[in-house]
Amino acid sequence: MFKRLVDAGVAVAITVDGKRVAARVGDTVATAMIAAGIDHCRTTPVTGAPRAPYCLMGVCFECLVTVDGVGSRQGCLVPVSEGMAVETQTGKREAGR
Amino acid sequence: MTKASDLASSYDLVVIGGGPAGLAAAALAARAGLSTVLFDENPGVGGQIYRAITSSPVKDRAILGVDFWVGAELAAEAKASGALIVNGATVWSLDPTRLVGVSIAGQARLIQASRVIIATGALERPFPIPGWTLPGVMSAGGAQTALKAQGLVPSGRTVMAGGGPLLWLLAAQILRAGGKLDAILDTTPRTNWLRAFAHLPDFVLSPYFSKGLKLLREVRAKVRVIRVDRLEAVGDDKLREVVYGAAGGERRMPADLLLLHQGIVPNVNLAIAAGVTHAWNERQLSFEPVLDENFNSSVHGIAVAGDGAGIAGGTAAAERGRIAAVAAVRALRPEASMPDTQAIRQRLQREEMGRVFLDWLNRPADSFRRPKGDTIVCRCEEVTAGQVRYTANMGCEGPNQMKAFLRCGMGPCQGRLCGLTVTELIAAERRTTPAEVGYFRLRPPVKPITLAELASLPIAETERKAVER
Amino acid sequence: MAASDYDVAVVGGGLVGVATAWGLAREGCRVVVLDEGDRAVRASRGNFALVWVQSKGLGLPQYAGWTIRSSNAWGGFAQTLKEETGLDVSFQRPGGFHLALSEKELEGRANILKRLHNQPGIVDYKTEIMNRSQVAKMLPDIGPEVVGGSFCPLDGHVNSLRLFRTLHTAVKARGVSYLPSHRVETIIKEGGEFRLATAQGEIRAGKVALAAGNANMRLAPMVGLEAPMRPERGQIVVTERLRPFLIHPVVTLRQTDEGTVMIGDSKEESTDPAGLTLGVSATEAERAVRLFPLLANVNVVRTWSAIRVMTQDGFPIYDESKTHPGAFTVCCHSGVTLAANHALTVAPMIARGALDASLVAPFSARRFHVQAVG
Repeated sequence: MFKRLVDAGVAVAITVDGKRVAARVGDTVATAMIAAGIDHCRTTPVTGAPRAPYCLMGVCFECLVTVDGVGSRQGCLVPVSEGMAVETQTGKREAGR
Repeated sequence: MTKASDLASSYDLVVIGGGPAGLAAAALAARAGLSTVLFDENPGVGGQIYRAITSSPVKDRAILGVDFWVGAELAAEAKASGALIVNGATVWSLDPTRLVGVSIAGQARLIQASRVIIATGALERPFPIPGWTLPGVMSAGGAQTALKAQGLVPSGRTVMAGGGPLLWLLAAQILRAGGKLDAILDTTPRTNWLRAFAHLPDFVLSPYFSKGLKLLREVRAKVRVIRVDRLEAVGDDKLREVVYGAAGGERRMPADLLLLHQGIVPNVNLAIAAGVTHAWNERQLSFEPVLDENFNSSVHGIAVAGDGAGIAGGTAAAERGRIAAVAAVRALRPEASMPDTQAIRQRLQREEMGRVFLDWLNRPADSFRRPKGDTIVCRCEEVTAGQVRYTANMGCEGPNQMKAFLRCGMGPCQGRLCGLTVTELIAAERRTTPAEVGYFRLRPPVKPITLAELASLPIAETERKAVER
Repeated sequence: MAASDYDVAVVGGGLVGVATAWGLAREGCRVVVLDEGDRAVRASRGNFALVWVQSKGLGLPQYAGWTIRSSNAWGGFAQTLKEETGLDVSFQRPGGFHLALSEKELEGRANILKRLHNQPGIVDYKTEIMNRSQVAKMLPDIGPEVVGGSFCPLDGHVNSLRLFRTLHTAVKARGVSYLPSHRVETIIKEGGEFRLATAQGEIRAGKVALAAGNANMRLAPMVGLEAPMRPERGQIVVTERLRPFLIHPVVTLRQTDEGTVMIGDSKEESTDPAGLTLGVSATEAERAVRLFPLLANVNVVRTWSAIRVMTQDGFPIYDESKTHPGAFTVCCHSGVTLAANHALTVAPMIARGALDASLVAPFSARRFHVQAVG
């Protein structure tokens, strides 16, 4: 869906659902997922429909993901960092995660 | 990185939002000697228009254009001014006493401000078409953010749809970056010219005129533009094709990415939660705060500058920020020397001149603002247009009762992507005006915070007694 | 009488009003509901949705029996609503808790229950004081500070916003006229019928049922009734949707069928529904995290603030007018718990034109005078 115009940035290794994703410094969790061609980042807690980042500016809450064990983070507002573990979210969040 | 615990307990001025209005306001106020803090939610300053202005990997300046790079000066001025600029800081509460609730890296603080300038800017108008929740459908603003901040360019079969200046600007930027667009589906009604025409002379004199024409020519030379009156995103688990109605017939176009845009509207959530009076703007089809000539709101000490005060564009936003900042300085440090606001106002007026024409010309069609049937209106709670219309006819007169009945606006986005649609649908069904129908009542937190953050706030003995019995 | 537009005008379109209107329509009455607009001060949009029995009746033992009657009728009531509208209000009665975060709180709790159940004439219902390990067997996620609590098997909850919508849907289906933005300014009785003046015109009805919450204080004297009220503000904190983790409602914290967690219940002397006291929300959040530490990182997505309908002694008022026969008050705080009674017991009485003293005599507003004299 998207490609990197300049692929010269410093690499940052994160994982998404356990798989390695090559992010770049300056990526947010949401854009790293988009650049990696990941279709959707969560399924809704209402009907389970798949959703992907929509606005990338913090207002739509479609890019909610679990980051380093903490659920429902806005992926478009969280900069990536080395070793970060991202999980796509399925339906309702689990309390305590 | 500034931590929540590093903040002072009070500031002369708290500026919320690091776009052009916020940056200009903070710079001016800090230079005039006000203790100033600017909170911005994003990883870097610039807001949406100058997104990633200090960090963009897009080094070829021609791609984003000169109008983008002027933001660098604003960012540099603010940085040099002595204002404390905190990124990654989410303001989730503001009350009429100007107590500001802010969260930084999971830590919440309450900060007292003598003056507040809300510069939370704009967001894209909801574009509720069938299938707009499918992965593969994204807002044009989102794609532009990814281009500015991460240098991401659409690849694969890409369709843009909608109308308004940002759509054409993004199309040009994508093309300059070497991207390819399969088509632009223009949803703007031709009849808009009738209302816009009277304002053409002002537009011709405004800076938008030559820029706009050039942009249209640049894009039209490379991309097929189709005028459409119906639009649908189709797919099972993700977007597969775009279905559109043009010249009486239905056409289908396979697509991997559909970018939607039909203008921008003020981001009103924080100002409404703070108790600021808002009014309906029929030309811009949105709610905006009621403000005086210095952008002061109905709540003492709280001003709203930038596109949050009504859409006028990035350059105007900076001038508005300066005017609001001058008013803040005059109130708190009357002895400080201030720039000539007459000159600022003149520049602002010039910027605003062409706006009326653009507003009428790009006014989105009723059918794209007021969907029907199974089209989702509230993305968070998956409430459809048909449900909203049916419930309005049941006697549900306004958005607050609608929220109680259907949960629309109750999800994490707090109505940002459905509020205007819900108001307009109720108005249409009840044959009244959006001004009459009104908007969602909003309360803090206007952005989610954790229970632990909320629990960490200071609690007075009377407040504890109100719960512990 | 036949000239009247309606048999009964119900004043108030909140839960009490529409439950009563639905019951009246089932009795064959032609009913109109007169309501305020979208920005009405409306307790029905901010209530905690408990169908609650424990602790009810201290000071007026008959209130316990009245509450249990509604609690027992609730299952059938919910089922009937579902058959009529297709909407499930998600009534559940798994038993509910009141949890204590200190020995002192637990002791206070035990004292209240002792005094409540020692009252002469109180219907016997079981509320058990449990120690920490007993509570933990039923609520495994409680935090280390929870020392115990009280449990009543009759306690339950419902999705109250869906109940609100369901009742509105049901009254519409039964042909009730619902008129929003019809704030009632005055009521007079003339020529054997009631005339209710609104800015939108006059409505005429044979009978009138005042179900306008705290506004009953203003309306009741117009028809020879009284409703002494003391409104108070309550705030609720609401989280994002979570997977089910809590079956039993706690009096201050419950998980809805949709997954959100609602946290209450504060009391402040204020009549401003737009205001919000952050420190009160903070206290609610702090106690919630101490009760269930796994909620610490959960996101708060909303807070509510609403004005409780509260009579001066906290108990319901059901009355019929001596001077204006055909005028009734239906007024109470617990519009959810008592919805089944209002629909199935009180409405038929109003339809017949007389309250059944054997059931509701203790709830007449005349009690306020008895106390004043005594």
